[in-house]
Parts: sequence; C-alpha cells; structure tokens
Amino acid sequence: MSESMAYYESDGTGASSMDETWAMKFCMQSCNQYFCEVADSFMSDEFNLTGLSQLVPRYKEALELILDLEHENSVPIPEIPLINQSGELLYGLIHARYIITRQGLLAMLQKYKSNDFGTCPRVLCEDTGLLPIGRSDLPGYETVRLYCPCCRDIYMPTSERFLAVDGAFFGSSFAGMFLDIMPGIEKRASQIRKQQFQLKMFGFNISPLAKFGPRMRWLRQTPESEDFQKSDGGGIDPSVL
Amino acid sequence: MEERSWIQEFLSIPGNELFCEVDVEFIIDRFNLTGINTSPERMQDIIDVVTGYGNEFDSYGDPDMVDDPTEIMARHFYGMVHARFILSTRGIQKMLAKYLNGEFGKCPRALCRGQAVVPIGLHDIPHVSFVKLYCPKCEDIYHPFPLRQSSIDGAYFGTTAPAMMFQAYQKYIPRHSSEQFVLKVFGFKIHEHAELARWQQKKRAELEQERSGH
Ligand SMILES: [Zn+2]
Ligand SMILES: [Zn+2]
Repeated sequence: MSESMAYYESDGTGASSMDETWAMKFCMQSCNQYFCEVADSFMSDEFNLTGLSQLVPRYKEALELILDLEHENSVPIPEIPLINQSGELLYGLIHARYIITRQGLLAMLQKYKSNDFGTCPRVLCEDTGLLPIGRSDLPGYETVRLYCPCCRDIYMPTSERFLAVDGAFFGSSFAGMFLDIMPGIEKRASQIRKQQFQLKMFGFNISPLAKFGPRMRWLRQTPESEDFQKSDGGGIDPSVL
Repeated sequence: MEERSWIQEFLSIPGNELFCEVDVEFIIDRFNLTGINTSPERMQDIIDVVTGYGNEFDSYGDPDMVDDPTEIMARHFYGMVHARFILSTRGIQKMLAKYLNGEFGKCPRALCRGQAVVPIGLHDIPHVSFVKLYCPKCEDIYHPFPLRQSSIDGAYFGTTAPAMMFQAYQKYIPRHSSEQFVLKVFGFKIHEHAELARWQQKKRAELEQERSGH
C-alpha cells in the first residue's frame, strides 16, 4: 500500500506514467496472487457495482482511483490512505462479482492453469489444484481459504502473506461455478477420492473401538472408499520388530 | 567458542527441526542397531562420527551440499536410528514434547484450527517416500511446509511412531469435531455434495454409537 501511496502523491492524478493500470499494480503485489485482473469494461459498468457504495467508505474517490480516473474534487493528503484502503476493498468486492461471470471464470481458469492457487496439502489428493474461497460474502468476517475439489475441504494458505486477504473478495460461490464449467476436475477427483489414510502400528490397523482408535474416517469416506497402501502390509521393515 | 556435538550440528540444519535428539546411550547400544544396513567395517567409524564433536564438513558452506561419503552415511544412519529411538519410551517423550510445543507445525485444514501435527513416514524402508505430517484431529496426512522439510526420508520417522505416541499419551489426542465444510453456490448446498456429507455424518454417528456401547 505504501508503494501505491507514494506514486499517488507524486503524480496527483492517478494516471500512471507507465502503461500500468491500478488494477495491474494491485494484482502484481505478491499478497494478491490469487486475484485476477478485472476487465475495465466490467468495472466501469455501473450495473455491476449495484449496492457497493454502501459497503465502501469514500466510494466515489475509491472508484476513480481503481479506474485510473482523475479525481473530480481534489483529495486532501491525510485522506489518501483511507481512499487507498477503500480502493482495495472496492476492487475486492468487484472482483468477487467478476469471477462468477463467464469472462471472470476464464480469467481465473488461466490462473488455475498456471498453479497460482497452489495444490492441496493433503497427501492423498495427489496435488489437486486448489481454488480460493470465502465462507462469507461480506467483507471483514474471514480471510481467504482454499477449496480442494478432491477432498472437498478447505485449507489455510501456506504462505503468511495471504493470511490478511479477505475471503469475501473471492466469495462462496466461485469454486462451485468454476467446477461446473470444468467437469474434468471432478472426473479426476472422483477416482482419487477413493483412497483413505489409516494410521498403523507395526503394519496393523488400529481398531476403531480401541480407546485411541480412529474416529475420523467418515470425514474422507465415500461409499467406494478403499485403504491407501492396503496391499503393502504396512510396509514395515521386519528388522524393527 | 564452545564446540557443538555432531548431533547438535545435524539438528540445526534447516529442515531437520522435525528430528529429536537421539540419546547417545541409545546409539552406542548395538542391540538398537540390529538390522540397520551399514557395512559392519564402517559401523564403528560412523558411530564415532555421530556421537562425536564438531563437524568438519560445515565449513564447506551450504549444509545441503554434502558430498563426503562418511557424512552422508552418518546422516542416513542417524535417521534410521532416530526411527527406532522414537518408538522407545524416551523417544516418545521427546517427540511428545516437540508436538506439544508445536515444533512440527500446524494442520493446514482450516477446520482443524491450527492443530499441531507430528511427522510420519509412509514406509519404514528408506528411499521410498518423503516425510509427511499426521494430524491427530482430522487423522489425515499432509505434505510438510516449509519445503526444506519435504525432501527428508519418511523412513527416518517411520509408520508407527504417531500411533505409539497417542497410545501412550491418550490425553493428548485432540477433541474430534463433527464440523464439515460443504460447498455452496449462491447460498445453496450443491445437492451431490450435501448427499455425501449426510452419508458421512451417518457413518460418524454409527461409529460413535458403537464406541459408546463398547
Ligand atoms: Zn484435497
Ligand atoms: Zn487436521
């Protein structure tokens, strides 16, 4: 943010000396790796912004900022940080709407293909690609999570830089819509999903009725579930026994 | 400057925070080494290196770029002894302390809410698979993060240690939760997802009922 502030002050108009738009700069920050660039035409269509003015302080200035327009009224310097903040909030909320349009889904598909969202940390998901998700569609409730189409669970981003990104900027519906246009993902996942991990002791399963026995198998279970490494006999090195 | 033992040097290599400090008495007891695949002629040399002081190779700079055969064998030997040590009473206690300190990291699953994990191997034979992390809350396994941990041989931790630890210290098994994420689109659960979640909740209820009747 300090970066955009500096540029803002020196320039005064918000128009970039390079051909970089505000949105491009925003998306290039490493903490914003999950965001796609919202098409200018989408952001400038007032219909797409319905209701956002109530959620964003200094809405008008924020919109001018992210559209790289000159401010109609001059902005006092002490208010610049607030307007920058509002710009990011507004961009995030527009982004959440954009990525469930056809054009936005395609933009996110490009990012998915270049692995910008990472892969599932769960071993048995075999590097299934993740999708950013917010459990709340209202800003300020929860930071972004990552949804895995294979285990159908949500994960914390591994890198700390994402731990302040609002989940509402991706929303709750995007992942489901994305999977709907990409049926190949579910096809692959339905095969992988059959495997389940089972904790072993010297190669033996532990009874679910034992006091310390497994109690969470249901979480990854499907009617077709089978044990991971079943034929392996636990793979125990006989010398350990 | 105080000289550090070979083991302390080894443990300070980035990524090796997953290992605990194996007691020297355990290493020099030949009974514990039965079946570790090191040529008998070299065995004593390697034990001497591992239980000795200092490390003549750290002056080479990058600790990951080790090409000295004795050092490579020493590290592999330590890993294989470590796998056995953490099945002993002392070893379980040391790994438990690290687990309770959160030194192995957290479960990445959002609904596990930062639950501490423990390292686990998928195989007890070396050179087959890398180390993973076991979460006792969701009872599943995850790839380690940071990446520097992800190329450590899983056999140095073995398949059995987490089960041994939680059998010995059942009070440290975290409370399990029935909470589950179900994907929605515009506020509605996707039918097929909701169906599976219901089926899974039924399985859970059946197990809990069976356990309480036991
Ligand atoms: Zn997964
Ligand atoms: Zn977990």
